[in-house]
Amino acid sequence: MELHVIAFWLIAFVTLGSALAVVFLTNIVHSALALILTFLGIAGLYLTLNADFLAAVQVLVYAGAVSILIVFGIMLITRGDGRMADTNIFGKYKYTAAIVITAFLGVLSHYIIKTPWQMGTAALSENTMGDIAELLFSDYVIPFELAAILLTVAMVGAIVIAREVKNPK
Amino acid sequence: MEFLNNIFVYIAQWIRETLAALGFTPVWVEMGMGTVYLVSILGVCTLAALFYVLWERKLAGYIQYRPGPNRLGPNGWFQTVADAIKLLTKEDVVPCGADKPVHLLAPVFIFVPTVLALAVVPFGKGMAAIDLDLGIFYLIAVTSLSTIPIFMGGWGSNNKYSLLGAMRAVAQMISYEIPLVFSLLGVVLITGTLQLQGIVAAQSNIWFVFLQPVAFLIFIIAATAETNRAPFDLPEGESELTAGIYTEYSGMKWALFFLAEYCNLFIVSAIGVTVFLGGWQGPLLPSWVWFLIKTHLLFSFFIWIRWTFPRIRVDQLMNFGWKFLVPLSLANVFITGIGVYIYYNGLGW
Repeated sequence: MELHVIAFWLIAFVTLGSALAVVFLTNIVHSALALILTFLGIAGLYLTLNADFLAAVQVLVYAGAVSILIVFGIMLITRGDGRMADTNIFGKYKYTAAIVITAFLGVLSHYIIKTPWQMGTAALSENTMGDIAELLFSDYVIPFELAAILLTVAMVGAIVIAREVKNPK
Repeated sequence: MEFLNNIFVYIAQWIRETLAALGFTPVWVEMGMGTVYLVSILGVCTLAALFYVLWERKLAGYIQYRPGPNRLGPNGWFQTVADAIKLLTKEDVVPCGADKPVHLLAPVFIFVPTVLALAVVPFGKGMAAIDLDLGIFYLIAVTSLSTIPIFMGGWGSNNKYSLLGAMRAVAQMISYEIPLVFSLLGVVLITGTLQLQGIVAAQSNIWFVFLQPVAFLIFIIAATAETNRAPFDLPEGESELTAGIYTEYSGMKWALFFLAEYCNLFIVSAIGVTVFLGGWQGPLLPSWVWFLIKTHLLFSFFIWIRWTFPRIRVDQLMNFGWKFLVPLSLANVFITGIGVYIYYNGLGW
């Protein structure tokens, strides 16, 4: 077996294992930490696909930033000693959850089977960073700028919400 | 001279050739080289931490007009060895009611971002373990992970001071990451590359500290905050939080946190030298000697800062970060962008 195949199976195993741990662990902090491991595993999968820029973005945005957001949420709103049952108010709807999950899995597997998976034949780019930058500022400049506007709007919204109320009547 | 300059490159080459001569396939030779790199990085990390723990105490003593450690060995130079033995043999205390796995794993995981970051630092000409295209971006991505073990330590200890310290650490580190990244962006705009060796090579005529003085200042401040050192040592804040996130740690686990702090400061100094102070470039002496000298001077500068300024308050920290450093670093990127445009395209009239 080739090295990158071994790497793929190892990373896939860790990613799936930690993803399962997110769901099955009873302590919400442990779940959050397992989620970080899942994010890192996905970054590893990107690396095995030679998508090094995407892997770095995955680490920076998901493992570094989104996880911190989740951690902050947990630190500020956890009730009790962090057991999932105390915090998760939707935890009781077992049958509704089963129906939704089955439907979601069905749709997902339908499209996975329907998609004709092909091996790419195009040569790998040596300079992914440069190529991505050129695409971002030529063909995809409008979505790129729109994303920037979206972030600005979100930030302004956060400031408006967080601003202390002066002279509350 | 040329030999001394390349001595580590030759050593790496020799190991590679020996491994190949022993009949390993190229894949296993690469794996072997990876192990060699990892061991060397860990060695550099540990040696740097051991040396700088003592150096900080010596320098602190000098700044405060006292001898510092001066009993064990010549001028007290073996003090760290004695401290290390003491810490290794201490009882391993886990507080009752602690989240055991999280509490125990935190000091281990704190080394992951540190080791990953050192992998791309160019210690000399051709002396980076991996010379990634992504370079600086990789560094930023990897160092953003360092908040997680600190949160783990604060949470897992089941102590209110630890948790308060962890909250402060997380808030502080994400706030100061933004100016840190933007300060590095100015240099990236000028060089047009993220590769660290490329950035060093671009400084053969002029160091970027002269082209980007504001960015260098922002970098120094944000880096001090990122490494949680005075005047930004609020997560530890011994006069308010006992020892913050480290309250429940003792013995070897505490030593690992301590070691990681010095490693991180070493990395921050190394990045500062690479990006702003010309990296390994310098006359006469071998490149890696220049790199070590510059890193040492920058590290000593950080120590000087620590023993000079008092700790600031939490609200001051946040105000300074968000209302001053972030706009300033954005303005720096903006002005650098205009400058680079004019440099390449002229004023257009």
